Amino acid sequence: MIKAVMVMNTQGKTRLAKFYEYLPVEKQQELLRGVFAVLCSRAENVSNFIDAESIFGPDSRLVYKHFATLYFVFVFDSSENELAVLDLIQVFVETLDRCFKNVCELDVVFNYSKVHTILDEMIFGGQVVETSSSEIMKAVEEISKLEAASNAITLIPKSASGWRSR
Amino acid sequence: MNPFSSGTRLRDMIRAIRACKTAAEERAVVRKECAAIRAAINENDQDYRHRNLAKLMFIHMLGYPTHFGQMECLKLIASAGFPEKRIGYLGLMLLLDERQEVLMLVTNSLKQDLNHSNQYIVGLALCALGNISSAEMARDLAPDVERLLQFRDPNIRKKAALCSIRIIKKVPDLAENFMYPASSLLKEKHHGVLITGVQLCTDLCKVSSEALEYFRENCIEGLVRTLREIANSPYSPEYDVAGITDPFLHVRLLKLLRLLGEGDVDASDCMTDILAQVASRTESNKNAGNAILYECVETIMSIEDNGGLRVLAINILGRFLSNRDNNIRYVGLNMLMKAIVVDAKAVQRHRATILECVKDSDASIQKRALELVYLLVNESNVKPLTKELIEFLEVSDQEFKGDITAKICSLVEKFSPEKMWYIDQMLKVLTEAGNFVKDEVWHALIVVISNASELHGYTVRALYRAFQASTEQESLVRVAVWCIGEYGDMLVNNVGMLDIEEPITVTEFDAVDAVEVAIKHHRLDLTTKAMALISLFKLSSRFPACLERIKDIIVQNKRSLVLELQQRSIEFNCILQKHQNIRSALVERMPVLDESTLSGRKGGSLPTVPTSGITPCNLPNGVAEPAAAPIGDLLDLSSDDVHASISSGGDFLQDLLSIDLSPASAPSGTSQPPKAGTNVLLDLLSIGLPALAESSSSALDILPSIQDNEAPLANLNGLASISSLPANATSPASSGGMMDLLDAFGPIPQNHEENGPAYPSIVAYESSSLRITFDFSKQPGSPQTTFIQATFTNLSPNVYNEFLFQAAVPKFLQLHLDPASSNILPASGNGSITQSLKVTNTQHGKKSLVMRIRIAYKTNDKDELEEGQINNFPHDL
Repeated sequence: MIKAVMVMNTQGKTRLAKFYEYLPVEKQQELLRGVFAVLCSRAENVSNFIDAESIFGPDSRLVYKHFATLYFVFVFDSSENELAVLDLIQVFVETLDRCFKNVCELDVVFNYSKVHTILDEMIFGGQVVETSSSEIMKAVEEISKLEAASNAITLIPKSASGWRSR
Repeated sequence: MNPFSSGTRLRDMIRAIRACKTAAEERAVVRKECAAIRAAINENDQDYRHRNLAKLMFIHMLGYPTHFGQMECLKLIASAGFPEKRIGYLGLMLLLDERQEVLMLVTNSLKQDLNHSNQYIVGLALCALGNISSAEMARDLAPDVERLLQFRDPNIRKKAALCSIRIIKKVPDLAENFMYPASSLLKEKHHGVLITGVQLCTDLCKVSSEALEYFRENCIEGLVRTLREIANSPYSPEYDVAGITDPFLHVRLLKLLRLLGEGDVDASDCMTDILAQVASRTESNKNAGNAILYECVETIMSIEDNGGLRVLAINILGRFLSNRDNNIRYVGLNMLMKAIVVDAKAVQRHRATILECVKDSDASIQKRALELVYLLVNESNVKPLTKELIEFLEVSDQEFKGDITAKICSLVEKFSPEKMWYIDQMLKVLTEAGNFVKDEVWHALIVVISNASELHGYTVRALYRAFQASTEQESLVRVAVWCIGEYGDMLVNNVGMLDIEEPITVTEFDAVDAVEVAIKHHRLDLTTKAMALISLFKLSSRFPACLERIKDIIVQNKRSLVLELQQRSIEFNCILQKHQNIRSALVERMPVLDESTLSGRKGGSLPTVPTSGITPCNLPNGVAEPAAAPIGDLLDLSSDDVHASISSGGDFLQDLLSIDLSPASAPSGTSQPPKAGTNVLLDLLSIGLPALAESSSSALDILPSIQDNEAPLANLNGLASISSLPANATSPASSGGMMDLLDAFGPIPQNHEENGPAYPSIVAYESSSLRITFDFSKQPGSPQTTFIQATFTNLSPNVYNEFLFQAAVPKFLQLHLDPASSNILPASGNGSITQSLKVTNTQHGKKSLVMRIRIAYKTNDKDELEEGQINNFPHDL
């Protein structure tokens, strides 16, 4: 089971944090800081795996990938395959890239609710639900369409009524 | 419109927060936003509820408290619009948790949304349920989720499958409801649904043994077929990762197969073919392929035995180790660590590759490889592996040296085939990384050196060379100065030169110079300097020519600011000035250190002494001759539980020991170190060397004399059994404080001349055929212990053969019997047998000695047995 997904920048600012087991906010922040402390001291050209038991307790592994200014971190237990999770991070990032056209840190910052939607289409309650980025994109686009449509519906009557009352 | 909620847009808030230069500024912005949101909540503002919750989620991510927004989530979920519901559910997952009572309120909304006509709203509800469901919610909503497993849209089916996992984890009782729908999901063609179906089955197997049985019986063939299909499937762009179709599905299928195959031979048999195919055909040049191989290896290792497959699997891991990708090497090592338990021999074949990984540039890989190498070492490969590790130690990073040193030391100690090799390797380690060597380790080394008498010369010369080359490594210096102090004479005279050594010329002055360097070196710590000082003091008698220089150096240290050094210097100086007569005795070579206490403590097996190789270099003069005593069996006596009896022949070594301690064998020359003096030195040393059991060292001292006497039964190889000896409570007189010692130096030698107060001899036993007389003596300082010399006289006209004296004492006494001088007693008092006994009275002063005896002998080919009790001991023994 995947325990947490984190995205943070190289300054240690959290850009996305999703925990699949309940933790109080203070604990979440502590873990985020702990992870960053380990990540920022990692050299280049070393493996992407970190023994995370000191931070997350027994039976936990951590896989991270570094893209431009962002670290993508997945924490999971022994029922997941480390190498496969590494590919999963790749799928996640590819999907973000498709969604935002050359994704950068700012896209993640300003559209974090959309990033959450993408993540929810990919990982569901700690389990992988979809691994094809095109399938994920399809679902996300449907949701966006639906949202835009209902916004349009709610906005038009409002403006119309405003216009009429004038 | 509400003046508070009119505030900023989400985007503006994020900008404002990003623009903050300091944490305090950020807190101020967040505080202002939170105040506005609270106000809006109080106003029950509907228009901006959606936007406010979005803001709160961002604030939550930054780590600020957001509990006040929880009810807003519920209101949004209950509203009709999709965007509101979406943000509401998102907020529910982030801000709430299953423990909150708020969840009770949301159950109803969830139930409605699970039955909503819009499948995306159903999807949102499933997602929320799958993330936060509590046990109660799981019970309430399980039927709805179960129904959704058959929903027409695959996106809903896959979410329902994963939601079911949450439900059965919360309420394992519900597992049986999901068994059949789950097995039908395995027939799906849609990859997303299939992968979640496999996942659901896996989790069902984990929570329910019934489900495990069911899937074993009904699904294995289907799963194997599915795996074969995707393994053989042509390129499919949707699920392609680096040229391999859906590696994730591969991995999930392999995981489920592993669960089903574990502990079930038939199930394992079904899958061997496909596992072999996956293991041999999967491309291994990309991460995705390796992920599958990795999973496949784990499955092969876990399912029931199939030797051929396992070798294939371990070979795959071996290939992983030479992969260029760090991650692959990392998981390869992890898996080999598990595989070594299953098939150590197959792992051994990849030793060379594993050794390469110890030199990896990635520290976490290095660490794992080192662990693995450590597990691989055994008696047969210890030499080449240690050589490799020591070579690596020379080039490794500083941070890593500690780890490697500890591992090498432990290996060398555990598997060393011979002492010479052990000493050589330890020397290399000390030279390379002496600063990382733990104290126990170099203590152990000193003990081993001390026991390897034939290597003393070789060792001290090698250490001297190493010390000349560098004084960087603290523990090297310590071992070197200790050895120079002890074996300095061998250093100078090239004693015991081995063929492989290069000759070295060291003068007495060179040796003193070396020790002086250690004392004066600014970088070395107090312990080292103190050891060097003692070493120097010891050299004062080894090298009479250097005496003046040694005195000078010691005098210089009298001004040392360090109390320890100052005090020792004053003491040593005092001895050098005033107590010439005892100096040589004081600085005698240390008795051989007791190996068994050390190895017993560590639980490891130090190399044992090749006893035949012991050369008598510091022999005591011939002492009492242990005669050929037949070993008696006193068991019948000791069955009387009032008496604690000690067999005279049962523990040969114990007997040897008491010979040394008995006054009859009191040292007659200088070569026998006075015990008091040795103890003084030990006190002086006080460097935390393992406690010395003097008793056993004296046993070692005496060994050669036994050889001379050709004592029977001397199973010298049994030396290792010394550990079984109780550390004898015979610690000699002067264990008092240092100052006492100095004052008492005068009288001590005299004390050794006399044997304490005299006691009258008694006739212990007399019959018509035999008389036994006892002569008593005590050593000063230990009034509890009495030494008894028993003399047996034959009063009959016949010779006694196979004469055997046995004795037993009550529990408050301890008795040691030495072997008798002979087992033939001549007739008519024409000679006698003597035998030494040592009795320790634990209730000295309260009770007097008492002893029961039995004498067995053969006369005229007839066995005779005499018994008796001795009550007439002098009272104050």
